[in-house]
Amino acid sequence: MTTASAPLATTTPEAVGGHTRWARNPWVVFLIRRLARLLVSLAVLVTIAFLMIHLIPGDPVRAALGINAPADLVEARRESLGLNDPIVVQYVNYVQALFSGDMGVSMTSGVAVSETIGQRLPASASLAVCAFAVVMIVSIPLGLCMAVLTRGGRRRGAELGFTSTSAVVAAIPEFLLAVGLVFVFGVTLDWFPVAGREGASSYVLPVIALSIGPALLMARIVRVEALSVLGQDFVRTARAKRLPPWRVYFRHVFPNALTSTLTIGGLLLSAMIVGTVLVENVFAWPGMGMTIVQSILAKDYPLVQGIVLVYGVAVLLVNLVVDLMLAVVDPRSTIREA
Amino acid sequence: MRLEHWRSALKSPVGGVAATLLVAFAVLAVIAPIIWGDAAEETDPAALSLGSSPEHLLGTDALGRDIALRVLVATRFSLGLALLATSISVTIGIILGVLPAVLGRRAGRLVVAVVNLAVAFPALLLALFFAVVFGIGSHGAVLAIGAAGAPSFARLVQTNVASVSGRDYVSAARVAGVSRIRLVVRHLLPNIGEPLVVNATVMAGTALLAFAGLSFLGLGVQPPSYDWGRLLGEGLDRIYLNPAAALAPGVAVVLAGLAFTLMGEAIAQVVGIRTGIFRIPQRMPDPAAQAESGRDDDAVLVVEDLRVAFPSADGQTEPVDGVSLTIQRGETVGIVGESGSGKSLTALALAKLTPENAAVSATRLDFTGESLLGRSDAEVRRLLGTSLAMVFQDPMTSFNPSMRVGWQIAEVARALEGRGRREALDRAVDRLRKVHMPVPERRARQYPHEFSGGMRQRAMIGMGLMSTPALIIADEPTTALDVTVQRQVLRLLRDVQRDSGAAVVLISHDIAVVSQMCQRIVVMYAGRIVEELPVDRLASAAHPYTRALLGSVPDMTTDRERPLATIPGRPPDPVSRPTGCAFAPRCEFADAQCGDVPVLTAVGVEHQRAACWHPREEPLPVVADAEIGGRV
Ligand code: SF4
Repeated sequence: MTTASAPLATTTPEAVGGHTRWARNPWVVFLIRRLARLLVSLAVLVTIAFLMIHLIPGDPVRAALGINAPADLVEARRESLGLNDPIVVQYVNYVQALFSGDMGVSMTSGVAVSETIGQRLPASASLAVCAFAVVMIVSIPLGLCMAVLTRGGRRRGAELGFTSTSAVVAAIPEFLLAVGLVFVFGVTLDWFPVAGREGASSYVLPVIALSIGPALLMARIVRVEALSVLGQDFVRTARAKRLPPWRVYFRHVFPNALTSTLTIGGLLLSAMIVGTVLVENVFAWPGMGMTIVQSILAKDYPLVQGIVLVYGVAVLLVNLVVDLMLAVVDPRSTIREA
Repeated sequence: MRLEHWRSALKSPVGGVAATLLVAFAVLAVIAPIIWGDAAEETDPAALSLGSSPEHLLGTDALGRDIALRVLVATRFSLGLALLATSISVTIGIILGVLPAVLGRRAGRLVVAVVNLAVAFPALLLALFFAVVFGIGSHGAVLAIGAAGAPSFARLVQTNVASVSGRDYVSAARVAGVSRIRLVVRHLLPNIGEPLVVNATVMAGTALLAFAGLSFLGLGVQPPSYDWGRLLGEGLDRIYLNPAAALAPGVAVVLAGLAFTLMGEAIAQVVGIRTGIFRIPQRMPDPAAQAESGRDDDAVLVVEDLRVAFPSADGQTEPVDGVSLTIQRGETVGIVGESGSGKSLTALALAKLTPENAAVSATRLDFTGESLLGRSDAEVRRLLGTSLAMVFQDPMTSFNPSMRVGWQIAEVARALEGRGRREALDRAVDRLRKVHMPVPERRARQYPHEFSGGMRQRAMIGMGLMSTPALIIADEPTTALDVTVQRQVLRLLRDVQRDSGAAVVLISHDIAVVSQMCQRIVVMYAGRIVEELPVDRLASAAHPYTRALLGSVPDMTTDRERPLATIPGRPPDPVSRPTGCAFAPRCEFADAQCGDVPVLTAVGVEHQRAACWHPREEPLPVVADAEIGGRV
């Protein structure tokens, strides 16, 4: 092997010129494939969200309005929701409306679903983003630190303590942690507000509840990955260069442990986005999570449909971003995949 | 899953705790509703929403019902629903998981694609979706959680099925015309039982927590029924009045969830492999010996009684067992020995780069006149940073794969001398040019995988030249390269040595390579130096091992079965070294005296020392002729 070609420099002479040049560029191939996958996933998501209302046994409108609602009211509502049209027509209408940003109208409040989501989304998104930032800021240094401290079988006690504590705590679901936090910091110590979203201090407890488990899980992954990198020859080279330790760990070890950190980070972020549902309900957080539970209980199906769609799209976007970042970090595996 | 696996899973502390918890919960689930079922329903209008009291240990709820009893009674419902949901997940998961193996290619792919799409969404989102479809209440929630857990289990089954379906017995069954269904039931599933059991156990814990979540949100169990999640939701509303009402069911959920998860982990650990736990005794350098040792201003490196020990199954091993060595300024010294002789570890110990679990000791370790013993890491970095360069054996793995080569080289100047980006990179390019790298500007911007092995080794040498090294330690620098490249790299090392005036320690298993390059040769065997001699005295090597290494074994010609170039026998395992001369089991001249350790003593005329009771005196004609291919 003399010069393995760089992923970016794969334009062979005969491919230069014309569209073949693009078609041969592995990055273009990768992007096209990845976007196609996103489109398919989106189509499936939209279809499933649409079908939801039809999968419900019985008449959703009757269920929503109650058994005592007059028949003509039910019929009028069915008509206004378009539920009497053939299902294909309904589907086409639904998709068309989605393209113009119309997600229907709430059956209980009469407010447009998109408007409600527009009001509630920022609260949920800011919660998820804050929690994710905390997870990354805590877990990466913690995981690296534990890897360095426990490498080569040193400090078995610390290792055992860390792995078992993190395993146990990470196994506690966020809403139970949330209840515990409410009790300790809200009821007993009265340090932080336990309900609502007002000011920075109201973020403290929900963010902690949401991030502790994922942070510990992530720290474990970072530790295991960093340990395997620490044993590799190029780390010895870096040490032989007499670089300061922080430089060895952050410039040489961590970047090579990034692939799985990113993969797991994406999964955790997806889980945290949906995890906000429970945490919001503990802290009476005025986000989409509160809204979706209320609307499920009220059988307000258009609103449920809309919120499910938003969560789903958020998850798909996270996956897309993670895949793109992975491709940048580790171009070789991307090429292989393409 | 074999019986002894279960037994040892239960014997491990984690498994024991988990099993005890699970049994306790199972007992509660059976008896609690029978004993306290009615009492837990009893309302007490005189005691509404009370805190803890002697009659009501955890207080009462809004209707005056005893919370402690309700938590106990709820065990059955909570566990039962979780197990039901788990069995649904497992059933659907197994069906979806084996379908690709049963169906044809296209249909199979479709199933895989569907499962892959579904696992992309968090289970909670799926559960919420299905909760809407299946309706609110315990029935709907069981179905919803069961369905939400199915995709991840299906994926697990698919991966495991795929991994065993390539095995011989499966192919054999397929060739024998076994039907696909039978193949799955008889040959595939039984062989992936272990991971499935482990994951189903863990999944039961997840289902329990998910169920608590749904009930807590009001989407699961509906009144008048109650489970832990429901109790938790009711308790949270009054957490200021009676925290126990929220905390007790919460603790119950956590304990039960953990019991399942830990049980799964305990089984997984028994099925997997265990790692041993060792303690390392640290040796401290003897300060008295340090103070005594004089200074040797001409020496770039002086080491006395260097020992490197590792923890092992029974105590510890000492792969380096008392090495003393002096390297003069500008000198080229070769260290030769078979693998396992401790030569590479000696080099790492000299450079203070031994692995973390190694215990290193020496009575003296001076580098350019400064002792390295007892120094902090930062001081060692300062002392060695710009004056000791290392070249490692495997150029493929010795560069950071995710960093451009130029930056890795420039890093030395940036981190140690505080040079700017541009300046450091310019110097790196210059050094690449010095090591005859074609188009160094472009090469500096490339990643290591774009370099050939020889180029990487040259880049490594260039990296060592970033500052002005007084000593270059090259550990088997040419072993991983082909013959022509080996010569180039050796020649480069030689040029570098001549231009920079640095001393070079070249470590190799190949005495021919070393003799091409070095003025002095140090032969190591079983962690000790057995002979030291100038290269022009090779033909008069005195130690039987050195002579054997040189490929000529004149006094062993009686045994014609053995090829000349190899030495009969194997180097001793550091764990069970013979007492006395370590070479004795392979030595033709061994006698009773060799039961004592021979020390290095002068033999021959000049600067030659050997550790042998019976040093050879007759010259080695074969070696004299060959002269190991001449100088480079
Ligand atoms: S000391 Fe004895 S056993 Fe060891 S090499 Fe010399 S003669 Fe052989």
